[in-house]
Amino acid sequence: MNRVNTAKFALITIAVGALVMAFAHWMHVDYLYFASYTILQFIVLATAWNILGGYCGYVNFGSAAFFAMGAYSSVFIHKFHPLPVPVLIVIGGIVSGMVGFGMGYLTLRLRGSFFAIATLALAVVLQTLVVNWDFVGGSRGAYIIRPEELEFAGITVNYIEYLFALMLLLTVIALVTARTIERSQLGFGFATIRDDELAAEASGVPTLRLKLIATSLSGAFMGMAGAPFPYYIGYLQPSSAFGLEYAVNSIAMPMIGGTTSWVGPLVGAVLLGSAQQYATVTISSAVNLLIVGLMLVAFVIIAPNGLVGLVQERLRAWRRPS
Amino acid sequence: MSPLLHVDNITKRFGGFVALDGIDLEVQPGERLGLIGPNGSGKSTLVNCICGTLQNETGRVQFDGQKLDGLAAHQRTHRGVARSFQLPRPFHSMNLVDNLRIPLLYTVHARVGPLRSTGDLDARCLELLEMVGLAKKATQMPRDLTQVEMRKLELARAVAAEPKLLIADESMAGLSHSEVNDILALLLRLNERGITIILIEHIMSAVMSFSQRLAVLVSGKKIADGKPEDVVRDPEVVRAYIGQ
Repeated sequence: MNRVNTAKFALITIAVGALVMAFAHWMHVDYLYFASYTILQFIVLATAWNILGGYCGYVNFGSAAFFAMGAYSSVFIHKFHPLPVPVLIVIGGIVSGMVGFGMGYLTLRLRGSFFAIATLALAVVLQTLVVNWDFVGGSRGAYIIRPEELEFAGITVNYIEYLFALMLLLTVIALVTARTIERSQLGFGFATIRDDELAAEASGVPTLRLKLIATSLSGAFMGMAGAPFPYYIGYLQPSSAFGLEYAVNSIAMPMIGGTTSWVGPLVGAVLLGSAQQYATVTISSAVNLLIVGLMLVAFVIIAPNGLVGLVQERLRAWRRPS
Repeated sequence: MSPLLHVDNITKRFGGFVALDGIDLEVQPGERLGLIGPNGSGKSTLVNCICGTLQNETGRVQFDGQKLDGLAAHQRTHRGVARSFQLPRPFHSMNLVDNLRIPLLYTVHARVGPLRSTGDLDARCLELLEMVGLAKKATQMPRDLTQVEMRKLELARAVAAEPKLLIADESMAGLSHSEVNDILALLLRLNERGITIILIEHIMSAVMSFSQRLAVLVSGKKIADGKPEDVVRDPEVVRAYIGQ
């Protein structure tokens, strides 16, 4: 196992992020920002899902609800008084984190498919609430007119570039968090929950507390990914914020990449996200979910442990004979 | 001497079925207690009530002078009650060393504070594997183990929590004669180190040679408790086992 410490890892991801940013700036194509923003958003969502789904083994079908809670808390606050987006990201994170905590507390006795169904139910309940809440636009949706540019310490920045940079930063934070958890006492605790909760308790692991940490953290990151969304899209309606693609993608991406390490969701999101963007441009946006479905089926058959698992297996098989 | 474990009149029902019916049990520090009874007599339920996997409806469980009732299983583990499961339940996705790392990280740390460095932790895990004779397989996964090795891992993980009381729930079921002796020797070594042990077992030769005292459960009731030689001659025990 490589011994890159967390600080170094953070620096490396920031450097990669800066390179991506510089490349996009140099290319001068606004679409590139648009497309990459979506992919980054999915990296955050997939990483967040994986904290609960991959590390703890609790499958959350309600990712869209957490994402939407982040997005709608931004809309809500915008109606009162527009705040800077980084502040909204923090608020969205807190709101969705609390929803996650609540969900964890209400469903703590449910396991397996029962837990998954409960999260799906939570998403439906929250969507119904938002649809009937006029203040945030109800079923009509809400417009947010974002400024073209942003004045920042005397420099004018394109707003899309600004949102892109924020999402890039959030991605770095999410990946560093996931990787840190993986190698910590918390990560070991999460893995025992995934493997066997009874044995975990018998070994002294406070499973309930760890599950609540996981649901809160996972929810918070999803909310943070959703908070800038109304500014990015300009018009938010319940059916897009609670869209099926968020729920499906945040499950499919870690599954395709591999759920046991932080690399999996990253690889899965980049791969699937790019394929979807490509299909949106060349064929139609309706093909997106079809692609996810087909890839998920293919990976379940060919590589049940995801791409990361496949590579690890190959490496092990390759090393063994020597 | 005050008992290490004091089970006072506990009852556990599952719907209309009474699994434990007013059980009293005392275990002295350092003692080796054998707990026997036919299948379905409530042995595992009793273990679950002591360890917190199940909560008893009435009665009290006292351990080391403290009340355990209402505490979650992990809190009881922190106080020094450890158990092995009847069917081994290793952490499948971790190798053997990491399996033992869990109780060290979560129980020993919680008790004495995070003193150990990663190196110390690794050394302690290996020491424990050495004790049960699995040191050579340290980096293998639980799925690569045989039945008897799996039982040993289960015991090692319980011992890793540095318990005062170890409850071994049928650690020898399905093992061969020499394997049973292996596990027995291991349990005796642990007892010599000062760990009080409750052994739940069907293999009578093992129970008789191990136990200093024997308690018998039948249909959720304790029908005998005393010296092993006396208990096995008790007419009620004989009737429960062989029938009339």
